[in-house]
This record gives sequence, C-alpha cells and structure tokens, in this order.
Amino acid sequence: MALHEKAAFAIDTEIVENKMILPDVYGITVKAADISKNARAGQFIHVRIDAGMIFLRRPLGVADVDEKQGTLTMFYRLIGNGTHALSKLKAGDNVNCLGPLGNGFSLAEKKTLIIGGGMGLAPLILLSRRLPMKADLLIGGRNEDEVFWEKYFSPYVDNIFVTTDDGSKGRKGFTTDYLPEILDKNHYGTIYVCGPDIMMRKIYEIAKRKEIPCQVSLERRMACGMGACLSCAIDTNDGKRKKVCVDGPVFEAQEVL
Amino acid sequence: MDNSRLETNLAGIQMASPVMTASGTFGYGEEFEGFVDLSLLGGVMVKGTTLLPRRGNDGARMAETPAGMLNSIGLENPGVEYFLSDILPRIKKYRMNVIVNISGSSVSEYGELAKRLDVDGVAAIELNVSCPNVKDGGIIFGTDEKSAAAVVREAKRNTHKPVVLKLSPNVTDIVAIAKAVEAAGADALSLINTLMGMAIDIKTWRPVLGNVTGGLSGPCVKPVALRMVWQVANAVGIPVIGMGGIETAEDAIEFFLAGASAVAIGTANFRDPAATMKIIRGIDDYLKKRNLSNIKELVGKMKIE
Repeated sequence: MALHEKAAFAIDTEIVENKMILPDVYGITVKAADISKNARAGQFIHVRIDAGMIFLRRPLGVADVDEKQGTLTMFYRLIGNGTHALSKLKAGDNVNCLGPLGNGFSLAEKKTLIIGGGMGLAPLILLSRRLPMKADLLIGGRNEDEVFWEKYFSPYVDNIFVTTDDGSKGRKGFTTDYLPEILDKNHYGTIYVCGPDIMMRKIYEIAKRKEIPCQVSLERRMACGMGACLSCAIDTNDGKRKKVCVDGPVFEAQEVL
Repeated sequence: MDNSRLETNLAGIQMASPVMTASGTFGYGEEFEGFVDLSLLGGVMVKGTTLLPRRGNDGARMAETPAGMLNSIGLENPGVEYFLSDILPRIKKYRMNVIVNISGSSVSEYGELAKRLDVDGVAAIELNVSCPNVKDGGIIFGTDEKSAAAVVREAKRNTHKPVVLKLSPNVTDIVAIAKAVEAAGADALSLINTLMGMAIDIKTWRPVLGNVTGGLSGPCVKPVALRMVWQVANAVGIPVIGMGGIETAEDAIEFFLAGASAVAIGTANFRDPAATMKIIRGIDDYLKKRNLSNIKELVGKMKIE
C-alpha cells in the first residue's frame, strides 16, 4: 500500500463539544472539514493534547463525521493522563488533529453483522452509516449504562441485539454467548468486530466455524501513527510483522487472530 | 526563504539546510511526504539497517514518559538487501541526502554493510554503535574506545562515503570515545543516541516495556544532549550533528551555539509530522533577524566570559 497516496492533515481544530457520556466516557466533536471529508469508516485521528508534560498523540477512532458541518466526532474512555487532560478541554479550545490515518474497513455489499464491545463500538458507528446495506448490530457491555451506544446506531442499523454482563439490559452474558444463536437464524456476508482482543478472538472462532469472513479493528499504543516509529508492530499468522497504524487498524481476522 | 543562509556542507555532504531527521523516527522519509518537503532537509538518517532482516523486540515497545518517551523497538528492519533493491530506488526521487544508519554484531559486519551501501543514492553512512535495545546492536562498540575506533576503521576501509559515528550517551566519558573515533578516521559525529531508561507499571508490578529497558528521547533529554554536544564539539575537529529532544527552532539554535554544525530532529516528528519544516523556517527567520548570512556564523559561538 502506497502511504503517500493517502491524504492526511495535521490541523489545529476547534472543539465544538467535549461532553461526559458516562463518568469515564467522553465524546468530543471538533471542526475539521478536510479530515471529515476524507475520513473512511475504521480510520483514526491522532490527537495531540498540549497540556503538562504529555508528549505523544493519542489515537482515537473516527466515530462519526458531519460532512456539511465539517465536523468529526470521537469517543474516549478516561484511562491515563492524556485522556484525563483531554476531558478538561472545553468548546472553543483547540486541539491538533492528525488524520485520517489507517486503512479503514472494506465495505461489504451483502447483509452484515456489526459486533462491538466497550469503546470498540465507537468506530463502528460510521461503519454502520457507510455500509451499502443496513447491518444488524450486536452490542455488549457490563451494564445498561455501558450500552448507551445503541442510540447512535439505531438510525443506521436493522436488528439490534444487546447483551450485558449483569442482565440489566438485553440478554444476560457476553456477545460471544449470544452470537451462535444469532448466526443460526440469520445469514451474513461479513462480520465486523471491534472490542477487547479476547472478545474479537472468540468471535472470530465462532465466525470461522460458520465460514463468515471477519474484519477486526485492533488497538495498540503508537507514537507516530504514520508507519515510522514501529511501536505498534504486531505478528501476523504467516510470521510477518505489520504496523497497526498503516497496515491496519482493520485486518482480516484470519491474518492476525 | 533565502536558501543561501541555510545551505551548508558537512563532511562533504552538500545540504539544503542544517536540519536532518534522526534514525528510527522518520522511517525512510517517504512516510512524511505529505507533510514535509524532503528536499529542504539536510538529510534523512533512515531506519537502522542490518545485514539480515530483523523482527525487532516482542511485547510493548513504547511508553510515554514525562516530556518524552521510551522505546525498545529493537532494530526491526527489512535488511540491507531489501533496502538496496526496493527502498533506495523508491526514495531516490525525493532528492534528499540518504544517510544509512547501520548496525552490526561484529566489526566485520559493519565493514560488510558499508561496502554494500557504497552505491549511488547513498550520501553517507551513520554507524550505530549505541542502540541500547538489542544485545548485538553495537552498544558494546559504542561504549569502548578501541572497539568504536575499530568499527570506524573497518567502515572507512569499505566505503568511499563519509562515515558518521553515532555516539552513545550511556558512557562515563563521551569525549574520550569521540576523540578515539576521530583519530580512527570518522568524518563526523552524531549525538546523542537515546539514554537508557525504564518504567514500571505499579498496578501489575511488571516493566512497561517488553524488553524491560528502553531508550529515552524527547524534550526531557535535551539538556543532557546539549551538554554532550558542547563537550564533544570542543574536543574534536570534525563536524558534529547535534540531536536529542529538539522540538523547535530555538532548541536547534542552542545546539548550533553549543558547536553542532547540523542538527537532527527525532522524536518531535511523532508529535508534529511537519516539525522539521517549522524548525527550518524558524532558523532562517532567526538568522535574518540577526543579520547573519549563514548558519555557520552560529556554530560554536556560545560566549563564556
């Protein structure tokens, strides 16, 4: 893949909104016309937080874009000093966005199933909008609060299946418990997954038994986001190294799981 | 921008500006094409290259630290043959000085690499005798005067290109090594490589990096780098390429004043892919404001009363 054929921008963007969704989950929307015009589902933005001694950018998946307003939206969980500092920024503040980076999902022409867990659901929102045919959605979280994502997807998807660990909403259990039953009743051309590695691995095993192609989106720590620093190298099943930032973050599951 | 102010010649390498990019932070230059006019750079020190392909280290390879980062990539690279057959032909079109950073596990390997890279399209060789992240990455050669000198002599015997030696800061007396490699025939010195460091995750009691230790870089190392550049530049007659935490034109100007004839930008490329362009413009503005006609008028001009 020729890196230089991709258009990426490093822009000081103005924050339109940076709001708490759950106590530890925020959604941020910035004005970035060039990026929003070019972003494909599954790509990410490398966000620079100019505060304190924070040095590196933080990669956040593109959750949605508004081409008319020239804005893009990302979600993040408060994990370390970078995301905490990001959460302190207000509408009107600036944040430098580098992107869109990475390859993105390839869009299947057939009926598909989107599966997300936790923050992995964020990049799947734009995917659900961009797919040519309305997908079904399987969504998992620890409790009712954590499956708030449903409302972002509902205009763009067909059936929504929900699981929670505690049974406070939808089916009690994990997405991986529910999946075999869903696959028995429905036919999908492709499964798209983003979530914790262990969840993606289990889903891939189930999908493999049904011979359904599976695309996964990986998350790794990265410095440059542009293929230069080699921080985010992963092993592929054929013994090669690949870079999550430029060869991914989306991979065919059989290549990396 | 008036290029004549920035043009310089370092060890026979004609440079459009005295701003280069440090090995391992800028890939092969092409990754940054959309953000950087590569022909304005003094040169690109490409990713550390070894005789055979290397997979690099396993586990977490990078950790952010206050005002900087640790890395333990471990010299992942596709090997010199692939570099010559696939990468070099592709990057020739950018009209940049390609300086190939090489690592060997024996003195003769440095010679072999230098010989293979003695080809059109390579501007110079940078000897990496200071990678802190692999056991056979040459650090043994960078921390011992005699070994460092032997590596330089072997490289010089095998190439017509200028040979730059990259000094390790992880030594007691960097000046002694600098003098030894100058005497062995090095055409220039670059410094500093990363400072060896580490980080521990207090939740798991495990090292953050898979390799336990890694190389520290970024603005946090700048004062150490500046001090070493000053010490070395005062002790040798060959040109010095200063690097270590340079983020802005102001940082770069400090290095020139300390005695660096050129600078290399490393970790800053991760924060801002266009960092080098801003630094070049900033240096030019500074020279203009001070009525200086060329960057050489800054080199080593720190005043000590």
